[in-house]
Amino acid sequence: MEDKDKKIESLHLKLIPYFEKYGILLLLVLMILVMHILQPDVFLSWRNVTNVFKQISWQSMLALGVFMVIVTAGIDLSVGSIMMLSLMILAVVAKAGAPWFIVVLTPLIAGFLCGLFNGLGITLLRMPHPFIMTLGTLYIFRGAGNLISGGTPISGFTDEVRYLGHGRIDLQWLGLEKSQYLPVSLVLIAIVYIIFWIFLNKSKTGKWIYAIGGNPNAARASGINVNKILIIVYSLCGFLSGIGALILAGRTDSGYPNAGLQSELDAIAACIIGGASFFGGRGTVLGVFAGVMIMGILRNGLNLMDVSSFWQQVLIGSIIVLAVYIDVLRRDIGTRK
Amino acid sequence: MSSTSNPLLEAKGITKYFGTITALENVNLKVHAGECLGVVGDNGAGKSTLMKVLSGLYKPSAGSLFFQGKEEILESPRDSQNLGLEMVYQDLALAGNLPIGENIFLGREPTKNLGFLKLLDFNKIKELTNAHLDKLKINVKSADQKVEELSGGQRQAVAIARSTAFNAKVVIMDEPTAALAIKEVGKVLDLINSLKKTGVGVIVISHRMDDIFTVCDRVMALFQGTNFAEATLSNTSRDEVIGWIMGKK
Repeated sequence: MEDKDKKIESLHLKLIPYFEKYGILLLLVLMILVMHILQPDVFLSWRNVTNVFKQISWQSMLALGVFMVIVTAGIDLSVGSIMMLSLMILAVVAKAGAPWFIVVLTPLIAGFLCGLFNGLGITLLRMPHPFIMTLGTLYIFRGAGNLISGGTPISGFTDEVRYLGHGRIDLQWLGLEKSQYLPVSLVLIAIVYIIFWIFLNKSKTGKWIYAIGGNPNAARASGINVNKILIIVYSLCGFLSGIGALILAGRTDSGYPNAGLQSELDAIAACIIGGASFFGGRGTVLGVFAGVMIMGILRNGLNLMDVSSFWQQVLIGSIIVLAVYIDVLRRDIGTRK
Repeated sequence: MSSTSNPLLEAKGITKYFGTITALENVNLKVHAGECLGVVGDNGAGKSTLMKVLSGLYKPSAGSLFFQGKEEILESPRDSQNLGLEMVYQDLALAGNLPIGENIFLGREPTKNLGFLKLLDFNKIKELTNAHLDKLKINVKSADQKVEELSGGQRQAVAIARSTAFNAKVVIMDEPTAALAIKEVGKVLDLINSLKKTGVGVIVISHRMDDIFTVCDRVMALFQGTNFAEATLSNTSRDEVIGWIMGKK
């Protein structure tokens, strides 16, 4: 009897981590199936799938950045504004006639510096919560973006600048048709996500980011420089927003004042749907990717079915609540002894 | 005094202010190798603050620390760890979301090189954790178990295992038995006794006279942030020590 109990318990122990890691993927697969049944001709077509990836490309960068911040039990409300400011700087520098390799670097540097500013503010100014610092910079960065561009769109970039957001990798050598290309942004998402997966799971700094989210006092007592790690996290979050700006520049061929408006909320939503905990220390890179995909597929699928964008808002909101409720239920099962 | 040799750790004239509040004033403390010092005092007497000064988490406003006779200035817990001074915190200072092994090695993770990348060596963490837990006779299901899934006693054991995983010379324990079930208390006290035998100096802060009189060689009392009384265990009694806690000699 006891043996049997032990067996069940150990099976439980073995299964829960897998469920915690991959449960969200089940939801994603389920959604893909439902969409496929509803739109059998279109949804899984090459064109539509690449479209989804192009649409989520820049959001996926913001979500990944916000995710790291959420793991430390923080929040970054300024990612949309960082992206807009970086995009505007890129546009201004491009219009000034700088060579493409400089233009491409500017949003990355600008985003990084914005994130660094957030990190320094939170730690050095000892803000009571990152919410406040990044709420402030949400306004500051967007205002700054409008100041340098005069509040008007700046359009027209060279192909090199647009490559990451707009480029295509031809697959005709594989015997595919010309329309069946691979968007460069899809490859970029894959590379960035793999790098950050390794960083968060296999490096000391990554482990410390999780430790800070789990118990900042434990991290401090272990000799970890918590402030330094937080500054790194917010800087990387800004850097990823800068990559988002570069992708957006390619996709829209324009720097425009409303770029990234409210996209910080989309990024947070993707993290929450993907299973990240607001209390920190919990969540996976794979989960964030699934969260971004779920939001992208939902929007895409509803567009295909001609559902009004108002309904999309209602549905996305419902999915956030539902996803977290499933998470609550799962945790109940996980902790029951 | 259990030994006439130089103390392993000595604190002289430690004073600590928080704004206008004086938490510690001119406090002295020493502990020898293989000795267990009990520190008692009422809530707010400054015990925890003193321990945080010793572990480098707080910088003293005045006073100095000597480790093996040499003056040391601790800028962070990392400095004290490097000297072989380990702390077991009352709130345990474990990250519940991480497994046992990763908690034990938190901040000092073994790594392996993969090309130019330095990656965590999870196999080594697991191996070292299992060996260390075996040595201390601590039973858990697996080193991969998350700390939040453990009982209070198991967590305390992990915290002590963590403090002794790196050849500690002095281990400071803040209320090591406060959160434990009675049968778990004995195990923790056994653990302390076996640490003493290996030549580790142990400082135990406790409210429980049973703990003090089971494992300690010497006891000192703090009262309102100052040294109040001190005696070897054979020269005092429970009643006297309880009197010290309340400020009576």
